[in-house]
Amino acid sequence: MSVFGWMNDQLLRMTWLNDLVGQGVVAVGLDPASRLGGSVQFFVYDVIKIFLLLAVLIFAISYVQSHFPPERTRAMLGGRSGLGANTLAALLGTLTPFCSCSSIPLFIGFTAAGLPLAVTFSFLISSPLVDLASVILLASIFSWPIALAYVVVGLVVAIVGGTVIGRLGMEDQVADFVRTVPVTGEAATMTRAERLAYAKDQVVEIVHRVWPYVLVGVGIGAAIHNWVPAEVISALLGQDKWWSVPVATVVGVPMYADIFGTLPIAEALVAKGVGLGTVLAFMMAVTALSLPSLIMLKRVVRMPLLVTFTGVVTLGILSIGLIFNSITHWFI
Amino acid sequence: MIIKILGSGCKKCVALAENAKAAAAAAGKQAEIVKVTDIAEIAAYGVMSTPGLVVDEKVVSTGKVLTAEEIGKLI
Repeated sequence: MSVFGWMNDQLLRMTWLNDLVGQGVVAVGLDPASRLGGSVQFFVYDVIKIFLLLAVLIFAISYVQSHFPPERTRAMLGGRSGLGANTLAALLGTLTPFCSCSSIPLFIGFTAAGLPLAVTFSFLISSPLVDLASVILLASIFSWPIALAYVVVGLVVAIVGGTVIGRLGMEDQVADFVRTVPVTGEAATMTRAERLAYAKDQVVEIVHRVWPYVLVGVGIGAAIHNWVPAEVISALLGQDKWWSVPVATVVGVPMYADIFGTLPIAEALVAKGVGLGTVLAFMMAVTALSLPSLIMLKRVVRMPLLVTFTGVVTLGILSIGLIFNSITHWFI
Repeated sequence: MIIKILGSGCKKCVALAENAKAAAAAAGKQAEIVKVTDIAEIAAYGVMSTPGLVVDEKVVSTGKVLTAEEIGKLI
């Protein structure tokens, strides 16, 4: 085995931890091969692994992100349009610190500064969808090719989605007050000490926010992993079922959960033979669209634009699911 | 003085409001703390990341939960 492969297994996949937890399960008198023992092992191992990775990753990524506050992103995107601008917006969306509660002020700030809707929406779609931390977790749970493929298709959805929305000429579908907002604010410059403090705060805050989702997600994952027969899952969501991707998407869209919570569910589903495309569609639907975020967006855009946004993103996710299911054999 | 907290009611805004109250008390200043939750009103300050802190109609901080000590230096 190559050095890289060894590092990937030990540091990212943490196979040592799985072995250790397996020994612990035996030590308390459970058989890891039994249902209960297997569930316990999956749960304990996944919870520890996700929180360890989360803490390290969020710290490192927040440090990088502290260089890209929204004001700076807006300045970098200002005066641009076209496919290049959409691509840049989608890429910056993966870097800018972002929580769903600040998406609306961000939308207003971008639009007020005269950024085209196409560019703003590329940013808004990519921001929750392609997150640096989630990419590394994907690599940990699945593999690097799958993680990279996820990034690429996520960016494509953001770029194409933004472009389509821009083409429809719906600039008049934005609430009137947005246009009159002043464009102010230079991003404050930070010292290294401030960036480190910021990164630490982000770890505390994000872990605080996502831990219930992670526990519920791992719980569901453990249940699927050991209690639901593979035949039931494949009868419902098997790769040969044409409805598997639409069902995964439609179920995922209204749900609100963090990507960190959906990963363990995805892991268990793939282990049961559900298509990679189906699982990716589910994850993307959960993270990119949710009822709470749509309700917030409703306050700044009119209904036709909101429906268009939801429709475009849903269609994008559907096509990605179908494409991935047809090329799963490249990855697994 | 009037201290405004800009934010749609997330946990961070509550924390910032608490810290602002403590800072004003520590500095011995009469301060009225106002929470601004309406999105149009928040946007009118040109703020893109919440929570924002406004002292006497001037935006002094955005996107951060400042400690009471840090706020003390701003008021």
